[in-house]
Order: sequence, then C-alpha cells, then structure tokens
Amino acid sequence: MGHFAHAFRGESFRFPDLKTVLAKASAKRSGDELAGLAAASDAERVAARAVLADLPLKMFLEEPLIPYETDEVTRLIFDKHDAVAFKPVAHMTVGQFRDWLLSYEADAAALAALAPGLMPEMAAAASKLMRNQDLIAVARKCRVVKAFRNTIGLEGRLSSRLQPNHPTDDLKGIAASTLDGLLYGTGDAVIGINPATDSVQNCISLLSMLDELRARYEIPTQTCVLTHVTNSIEVMNAGGAVDLVFQSIAGSEAANAGFGINLGILREAYEASQSLKRGTIGQDTMYFETGQGAALSAGAHFGLDQQTIEARAYAVAREFSPLLVNTVVGFIGPEYLYDGKQIIRAGLEDHFCGKLLGISMGCDVCYTNHAEADQDDMDTLMTLLTVAGVSFVIAVPGADDVMLNYQSLSYHDILYLRSSFGARPAPEFEDWLEKMEMLDRHGRMRLPGPQNKAQRRLLEARNAA
Amino acid sequence: MPPEENDPWAKLRQATRARIGLGRAGDAMKIGDVLDFQFAHAMARDAVHAKLDVATLKAALPGALQVHSAAKDREIYLRRPDLGRALAPECLETLPKGDYDAVIVIGDGLSATAVMQNAVPVAQALLARLGGMKLAPLVIATQARVALGDDIGAALGARLVVMLIGERPGLTVSDSLGVYLTFDPKRGTPDSARNCISNVHGQGGLSAEAAADMLAWLMREALRRGLTGVGLKEASGLTHEGAAPLVGQA
Repeated sequence: MGHFAHAFRGESFRFPDLKTVLAKASAKRSGDELAGLAAASDAERVAARAVLADLPLKMFLEEPLIPYETDEVTRLIFDKHDAVAFKPVAHMTVGQFRDWLLSYEADAAALAALAPGLMPEMAAAASKLMRNQDLIAVARKCRVVKAFRNTIGLEGRLSSRLQPNHPTDDLKGIAASTLDGLLYGTGDAVIGINPATDSVQNCISLLSMLDELRARYEIPTQTCVLTHVTNSIEVMNAGGAVDLVFQSIAGSEAANAGFGINLGILREAYEASQSLKRGTIGQDTMYFETGQGAALSAGAHFGLDQQTIEARAYAVAREFSPLLVNTVVGFIGPEYLYDGKQIIRAGLEDHFCGKLLGISMGCDVCYTNHAEADQDDMDTLMTLLTVAGVSFVIAVPGADDVMLNYQSLSYHDILYLRSSFGARPAPEFEDWLEKMEMLDRHGRMRLPGPQNKAQRRLLEARNAA
Repeated sequence: MPPEENDPWAKLRQATRARIGLGRAGDAMKIGDVLDFQFAHAMARDAVHAKLDVATLKAALPGALQVHSAAKDREIYLRRPDLGRALAPECLETLPKGDYDAVIVIGDGLSATAVMQNAVPVAQALLARLGGMKLAPLVIATQARVALGDDIGAALGARLVVMLIGERPGLTVSDSLGVYLTFDPKRGTPDSARNCISNVHGQGGLSAEAAADMLAWLMREALRRGLTGVGLKEASGLTHEGAAPLVGQA
C-alpha cells in the first residue's frame, strides 16, 4: 500500500498508512499524544480528516489494522462481518457514510439492519468526521433493546446502575447504599458492586446478600458483583446467585490477555450463565466495561489511536449479546483524557460507536481528582448522553465512590435527568416503583422523610436486622 | 440534618462513609451537601497541584539530596507518566554511587499534601529501626512517580529502594501516603516486583509507627531473601487491600 496525501493552501500533508490517518484525524486527546500518534498540528488533524473522508469504507475490509493471523479480535471482526448487511453502504466513502448516517433515510430500522455489516473501525472512522451534535443525533436514532428481568434500551427510557461500593465490602454498608439508591428509583440496569476483595468466597457472600434483598422486595432487576470472569465461573459452579457475568474487555488479543481473558474464556462464562436461566423476560446475561486508554496502558494498542481500538472492544462485546456495556470514560486518568472537554467528547464517541455496532451502550459519567474536570463537566456529559438516548448511566451515593476513589453521578442526578428529559426507568421497574408507593401523583420519586412509606418500610426492616 | 433519633439513616451511616441519606431540593442535592462535596473536591485538587515544600523537608531531614524527574512541571507530569518515572539527566551527578543496602526516597507523587503531613514522621520512625543497615543519603524527588525510585536506586547503587509517595487523593482522604519497596531497582522493573503499604494517614489510616514497623521488617526480609514483590508478599502473609492499584498511580 502506498501513502495518503492532502494539500491545503499550498501545504501538503502525507500519511504513511490507514492507521496513521485514523490517529491523526482523531479529536485531540492526551492518550494519543502520550502514544506519539496524535496530529502534530490542528491543520494536520483536519488534513487527515479530509483524507479519511475520501477513503472507501471497503478499505477496512481489505486491510486489517492489526494482523488477522496474530490477533483473535481481528479474526472475530472479519469472520463475523455480514457482507449482506453491509451492502447498502458498501459503495460509500467514509465521508459519504457520515452524511448518510445523518440522513433521514438512516432511520432506526435501517441502522439496526446495518449493524452486523459494520466493523468497529468503520464506526470509529465515521465518528472522527462527526461533531458532538452528529454523534448525538445518530446515536439517538439507534435502538438496541436487551432484557433479563426488565427491558433495557426502549425509546424514552433511561436506566441506571446502582453502585453501592464499600472500601471493605461491609455487607451492612453495601445494603445501606443500596436502599438509599432504591429510594431514588435507581438500579434498573443492575445493582452492581465493585468488590474490594476479588475472591470467590467474598463474591458469594455479596451475591447472596444482593439476591436476598432483590427477592425479598421482588425487585424486577438484576444484580452483579464485578469480579473477574474466571471467578464468576467458579461462583456459578458453586451454585452462587449469578445474574450477570461481568468482565473488563479491550480491543486487541494482547490487551485482553492483560485482563487475563480471551474469547474462549468469555464464551465459557457466557454459556454457563445462559444455562442458569435466571432471567424472567430475557436471557441477556453479560455485562462488559471498556474505556479509552485501556489498550495503551497495557502496551497492546499496535499503533492504533485509543478511540479506534476502544471501538474494537465493542466487537468483542457484541459477540455475547450483553445486557449492558459501559465505557468508564473519565476513570482511566488524565494521561488518556486530560480534561472535561476530552472526557465529554470520548463519552459521546464511545456511546455512538457502541450503539451503531448494536450493543446496549451505557456510560460511567465520571472523573478522577487528577483530571481537569469537575461536576459541571459531568452535568454536561450526562445531559448530552441522555439526549443521545444512552441506555444507562451509573450512580453512587452523593457522586462519591468511597471504594474506587473517583466521582461518578449521584442518585440525585438520575432524578434530574428523568424530570428534565422525561426519561423513564425500565417499564417493569417503573411498575415496581408504583407498587411500592415510591412515586407521587406526578410520577416523581417521593421526597425522603417520615411521611415516605417506602423509606419507612425499607429502612425499618434493615435497622431491625 | 435532623437530630439523630429522628434520622432513620443514623444507624446505617455507622456502616459506611458513603454519602447516604442526603436530603433533596426538588431533584437536586441540598446546598450544604453541594458545598461539602465541593470542599472535598477542592482539597483533593489542591493536594494534586500543591508544590512540595522541599526546604521544610530538608530542615527536618538534614543531609537529604534533592532531584527531579524529567517532567518539568505538573501539567507535563500529569500528561506524561513516562517522564515522571525517569530521572532528569542533569540530576545524575548529585547521586554518588556507593555500597548501600537501601535508599529512602520521598517523592511528591499525586499529593504533596500527603508528603508534607506524613513523610517525615514515617522516615524518622523508619530510620530509628534500621540500625546496622548501610543507608544512602535520603533523596527528595519532585514530579515523581513510583518508578522514579528505580533510576535513583540504580544511580546510587542501592540494593533496595523505599519510595514514600503521595497517593492519588480521594474525596474523603487527600493526604494519604503510599510506601513502595523495590529490590534491585533498575529501569523497567514491573510493579509486580514491588511491595506496597498504602493508606498511611491520620484519618483512620495506618500510623507512621505501624508503617515503619512493617516496612523495617519487609526491608530486612527483602535483603535476606534477595527479592520484593509477589514472592515476598506471600512469605510475609501480608495482604494489603486497596494498595493503590489504580491506573495512573505508579
């Protein structure tokens, strides 16, 4: 293959190969600069976009960015590519594809039919030619609906993961944070704990507590302990109450090896969870987390920019029809996404690419204390994502995760998103809130206090325990 | 906040420091809780961006040497962890090679506040426990990541490097010190070859004395066995949960 060039006002820009074009076309971010892949100037960035806009989409089918022979993620992407689904856009350049995505013709049905024909690199390439509003407008048209004990991803709905983490996995502390979250109507995506101690025995205790709580109040939701997939396999073998199997994943075989996984292990866990039949209205049993920078931090990015290799992780996810996938966008640190602007852009890109590829995409709207970001940036990102139709977001008490030491959304933020945008929880969960008398006559969560019957019922039982 | 007997959350709050049972102003947090959060975040941000007061440290630890990493300011330090792990070339000559069992390095890391509050007491308590050991002069390092200790230890020819370093601040605790121990320090040492004692601070964390006890024992064992990392951790029976494994720390 030769090289690519673009001339602009007498200055000429040359790019040696496709992955360099992709990297330099990316919106500016610290991780690509750290990797030495970013455009050297703003002009070079736009020149790379101009080159990219004229490249045929088909080129991605002809030139694997990471070799087929040495990378099982590449093999998965190529082997599962659906040429028939791809046909409507097969003749387009990346630029024409971006325009088509925004056209009226590309409606929910057309986009859903296209998804199996799209490779992650095609989605990533289009996203690099899109402004934030384009990422929102197209993602908003995509419908990805999954189900377990409730339905995630319906139009006009916004689900939330209730994340009741505790620095020492204290069961009472976790129960307290869980009850608090339920009183804000959060937790329909999942009640999911990041364990402080990643052992099988500890997972079983946490899962039993969550399962008992869910069963006692007949909550139509699913629970999860976000332990390593190999632990979940052991827990399932021991008869533990596993609704969803969790795993962090990335976009190359080597990066996944850094997480101690491969497609075979994921397949084994998927099949084990399918056999449990714990879902009531569906059997989507997998939950994945991803995040830009994961591959680079494992030294397994193969010269790909962090957004392109992140999108490849969604091909891994897609293989297992996950109930939930979320990017942990601001968690990985300022060396990958430096400030609020970069975090917001990355969150919108990840959501867009995930939805376009047909996965049930959510986001941990979050930041760390060494990033140049604050709650105003999170307000912006959660608002934009809700407009974009994000499947779910994560919420913790008071936005402060006391175990992982970072800031996610607060339970309050979910109420804000619901009332500002009319975004309702999953229908089965909404019915439960109604049954528990947690909603007032306007459909809002009742205020806390002695007059709140659900609060009395939930807390008195717990205090007596 | 209502009086305790009327607050149904009072008992549950004893089980977690999570911000549970907050009130609501409509859908939003109440102003008191908003300001509490902003104050905690401000403390954490200030800890990340505070400059290490080297003069005060030197006064408390006479004879200490001073070096800096290849990251020339805080912004570069945050963007380029690789530079924070490398000694600035011009600092090499300030570290004379010798025959040393160990060197103690104090690095600012992600919280100069943690270092100013906790490093001197830990260093003094540790020095008092290391009788008979051949120690290099103590080194104070700015814009430092954990692995900067590898370059420093290698330059001095020390068999063991102890890095006392500010941990990434959380909202609850912004002055937590971490301690990393590395045998045979050299550039490229994997983190799995280190031992870590984390959460040394005065808000329910590990005390300076307790950290020094643990560390002095680990140092002697590391020298005797000729290793640090997973092998030493298993031998010691230590299991430190939450030992600052978050990306960006090391």
